[in-house]
Formats: sequence, C-alpha cells, structure tokens
Amino acid sequence: MAFSTAGSNPMLDPRVLHRVKKNPAAVVSAAFLAFIVLACVVGPEFLSASLGEPGPNQYAPPSWEHPFGTDLNGRDVLYRVLTGGRISLLVGLCGAVVSLFIGTAWGLIAGYAGGRVDALMMRVVDILYSVPRLIFILIAINAFNAGLQEWASQEGLQWLVQSSRIAILILTLGFIEWLTMARIVRGQVLSLKERQFVTAARALGQSHTKILTRHLLPNLAGIILVYLTLTIPAVVIDESFLSFLGLGIQAPQASWGSLLADGAGAINPLRSFWWLLVFPAAAMSLTLLALNFLGDALRDAFDTRGR
Amino acid sequence: MSHLVKRLLSLVGVLFCVVSITFLLIRVSPGGPFDGERKIPEAIEKQLLAKYKLDGSLWQQYTGYLGDLLRGDLRLSTKYRNRSVNEILAQTLPVTLALGGAAFLLATFAGVWLGTLAAMHRATWRDHAAMFAALAAISLPSYITGPLMILVFALTLGWLPAGGWGSFSHLILPALVLAAPAAAVIARLMRGSMVETLQQDFIRTARAKGLRESAVVYRHALRIAILPVVSYLGPLAAHLLTGSIVVETVFHIPGAGGFFVHSILNRDGFLLGGMVIVYCTLLVFFNLLVDFAYGLLDRRIKSHA
Repeated sequence: MAFSTAGSNPMLDPRVLHRVKKNPAAVVSAAFLAFIVLACVVGPEFLSASLGEPGPNQYAPPSWEHPFGTDLNGRDVLYRVLTGGRISLLVGLCGAVVSLFIGTAWGLIAGYAGGRVDALMMRVVDILYSVPRLIFILIAINAFNAGLQEWASQEGLQWLVQSSRIAILILTLGFIEWLTMARIVRGQVLSLKERQFVTAARALGQSHTKILTRHLLPNLAGIILVYLTLTIPAVVIDESFLSFLGLGIQAPQASWGSLLADGAGAINPLRSFWWLLVFPAAAMSLTLLALNFLGDALRDAFDTRGR
Repeated sequence: MSHLVKRLLSLVGVLFCVVSITFLLIRVSPGGPFDGERKIPEAIEKQLLAKYKLDGSLWQQYTGYLGDLLRGDLRLSTKYRNRSVNEILAQTLPVTLALGGAAFLLATFAGVWLGTLAAMHRATWRDHAAMFAALAAISLPSYITGPLMILVFALTLGWLPAGGWGSFSHLILPALVLAAPAAAVIARLMRGSMVETLQQDFIRTARAKGLRESAVVYRHALRIAILPVVSYLGPLAAHLLTGSIVVETVFHIPGAGGFFVHSILNRDGFLLGGMVIVYCTLLVFFNLLVDFAYGLLDRRIKSHA
C-alpha cells in the first residue's frame, strides 16, 4: 500500500473540499439534496398513510389540508411526490452504482491492457454511444420482467415479486449509463500506469490484479465519485422517461416520471389542474439541478484546467 | 480506401447485431400478439400464426425474418391488421425526421453560438449566465419542460398551438423542447474546446496581425474548436430520436414515436422490430457521414499546419 500514496490521492486532498466549500452553488445544492433525501425517506412516515389512498376529495386545489392539492382519486399529491421521490432516488442511486461497477471495470481493463484490447473495448463504447440504448431497454424490460417475477415467486421472494420492475429498471439502466464512466476511468488509467509507483510495483513482481486493485483503483476513487454524482441524475432522467411513457414503474406505485405523466394528462384547454404538474416537476427538476451543480463543482474542484 | 471498406464492414456487423438482439428480445418476451381477452380457437390461431410467419422453430423464424429484411420487407403489423410495417413507417417517419431535423439544426447552431459566446467572455456575467442556462437545460428533461411550455404558451397565453401537426407554428414548441438539452451539451463542449483553442499560438499570431476579435474567433479558432462538437453529432442524433418519442407523446404529434410506445404495449413484435432496425440503420449511416465530415475537417487542419 505504501506505493499507492505516491500518486496523489485526490480523495484525501483537503484542497478539493475547500474549493467545493467556496462555491456557493455547490453548498446550496448539497444542503438541498440532504433536505430532499430526508423528506422523501422519513417524510411519509410522519404523514398519515391514508393520504396515499383514494379519498373523497377529487382534484382539490392546494390548501392547508393538502398543500400540493389532490389528484383524480383524491390522493394527496404531497404524499405521492414524497413516496415517488423515494422510488426515483432509489433507482437513480442503485442504477448509478451498477453503472459504476461496469464502467470502472471496463475502463480499468481497457486502459491497463492497452493495445488491441483497448482499441476493441473502446470501439464497443463508441458504437454503444451512437445507438439509441434506451430503446433497447424498453424492449428488455418487458422481456425480462415476467421471467424475474416467475423466478422470484418460485424462490418465495415475495418482496421481489412486488418490486421486480424496480429491480429490472436498476439493472438495465445501470447497464446503459456506464459508457462515460468507462471513458473517464480509461483515460486516467492510461496516464496513471506510466507513473513510477506502478513501475515499482511491477518491478517488485506484483500480479496484475494486485496492481489494478491496490494501486490504480485507490487513485481513481475521487474521479469515480465525481462521475457517480453526475450519473445519478442521468439514471433518474432515464427512469422517469420510461415511467412517463407508462413503461417503467406501474400504478399504484409511482415515481416522479409517472406523476409527471399524470400531471401532463391533467392540463387541457378546458380546465387545467396545474398542481398535478407543477409540484412533481418542481421536486424533480430542483433535485436534478442540485445533483448536476454538485457534480460539476466536484469535477471542477478536481480538475482546475480550463477555468 | 481500406479505411472506408473497414468502416462499411463494421457497419454491417453492427446492424446484424442490432437485428439479432432485437429479434431475440422480442421473441423471448412473454405473451403472443394474439393473447386477448377472448380465447381464439386453435385452428384460427394456427392460421394467424402462419399468416404472420410466427410458426416454426425459433431458428426458422429468425432466418426467415433475416431473409425478409434483406428483401426490404419489414412484414405485417400484428395489431394494425392488414397494414405493413413499411406502410406505417412511410407515413410516420417523415414527421419524426422533420421534428428531429429541426431540433438538430436548432441545437447545433444555438449550442455552438452560446458556447463560443461564453468562451469569448470567459469568467464574466455572460459566461456564468450561459453556463447556468446550459446546466438548467440539461437538468430539465423534455417531459418537464414540454407540459410546462404547453401550460404557459399554449393554454395560458394562447400564443402557440398546444399540440398537433401541420403548420410551422406546430413545430416551434416541440422543436424547442427537444433541442434545449442537446444545445446545452453542445454549448458546454464548445466552451471548453474554444477556451483551450484560444490559448494556442496561432491565435496569438492572428491577434498580433491586428485581426478583429470576432474574426479571430469565428474564422480561425472555430474551425478547430468545433471538432469535439462534430464528434458529438452522432450521439446527438441518437439522443434526439429517443427524445422525440416523449416529445411526440406530449404534443400529440403523429410521428413514429407514438407507434413505438404502442407497439410495446400491444406486443406488436414486427412493428417494434422494424422501428428499432430502421432507427438504428439511420443512426449508423449518419455516424458514417459524421465520421467523413470529421475526417475532411481534420485533414484541412493538418494541411494548414
């Protein structure tokens, strides 16, 4: 391990944190994200669960009783935005972690192997960039969902039967958002592997696996974390894209995407129930903005070029 | 020349993979196209399967489908009875391409202009405003901006139609909504590469010659700084085609996007397959075109140096 400290580890660099702290947009974003995550995770516990059930008040405009109004079935929109946020954020975070594993492994191997292997692996990334990946996901979700449900009910995993769609979404979306991560990691590995601590490790006769995991990976941790922050909003957007089209999360479960679809359906020239659209849109867009601001600020803090 | 042959071969390979994966994914999807509420008598079902070439082993179906594709036949839709996939696409694809093309031009020009402007006025309020707008546009997907734009510009102010297709005014809102995130990505790419280009020696020379700043930027720097944007045009086209599915749904535009969603919900395998294959073919050829454009631009730079 002694050698890996020879490459400066950006994770341990106090200057990075200092630079982020000096960026007011990043601080505000971090605070807002903490707030929205807390609200979505614990918020619904403090509200009565009956708010999520159909009630007598159809399309009630915002009031003290229902701050965000109610929907077609008399359900409280605030409650649904919070519980929908749970699913959107869960899929976003887990999908981004899946993409992190694939992208990091792909980039590490390509960059470290170099030569033809590298060229071939990066060609695959280029090709995947230019095909409409999300469209394949549309098909894949339908193809795999029934299979997973059957398997889960055979194994007696009741929770998985109920949330099989969420599981499929996490896996498939993680599977399409790893390309940028692979490119970034490969680029870093290409420069890192020429450094002296890697040469030294090689001269000591360490195995490739050991060099990859003990020496290269710790030095990549910072940049990986930054791109994780930027992948989460991408996955959240993908998930709500599918849910908006009615192909992702299915009713009665809701995510921000399906709430937005309800909202978009509730505005028309005769009468617009604007609160169904505006509140989910605000929750989602502010969260995405905050995630992107924070990710950008982190990236700039690591990389001061071009400022 | 060998480069061209290589590219064409890899293109055929990619298309073959796309076709195979699409076919496999559709065929392993549970539920046949004729599973309705009413049970169909066995004899009729057999006849239907034969008519739509869904009988025989999976391998036979696969090779049969490949053969039909080579003949340019995308087969019949199983939902919209008696309409071929070719027919549906011939009606709807021009609409999607018109919308996508408008958004493509809008995104490229707006993005390049905004990015260049930000780079020229680096670290001033203009730069900050442009980059803030770009980040906001990236963070706001079209299913948020679309309905909000309808609510404001169509339903409240009444300036533009809320949806539909036919005249130029129908094109404005959807093209704007579709282009905004793409323009933002291009603006960010453009700013980064322009900032780097403006620090190079030949720019100092051009400035020393006493050229106006706008001439330096637009005539000398832009040519080189635009290269990352050119290589992004391929992914951009893929992005716009996917994005137009949502935009067409939001604005009720009779393009191919709506059929996409319905073909999945209706388990209309050949319609879905045909659309995926046509989309991918378009994109793969477009990428080839971008590659050539890049090569041309790049060569010119090399011969200048």
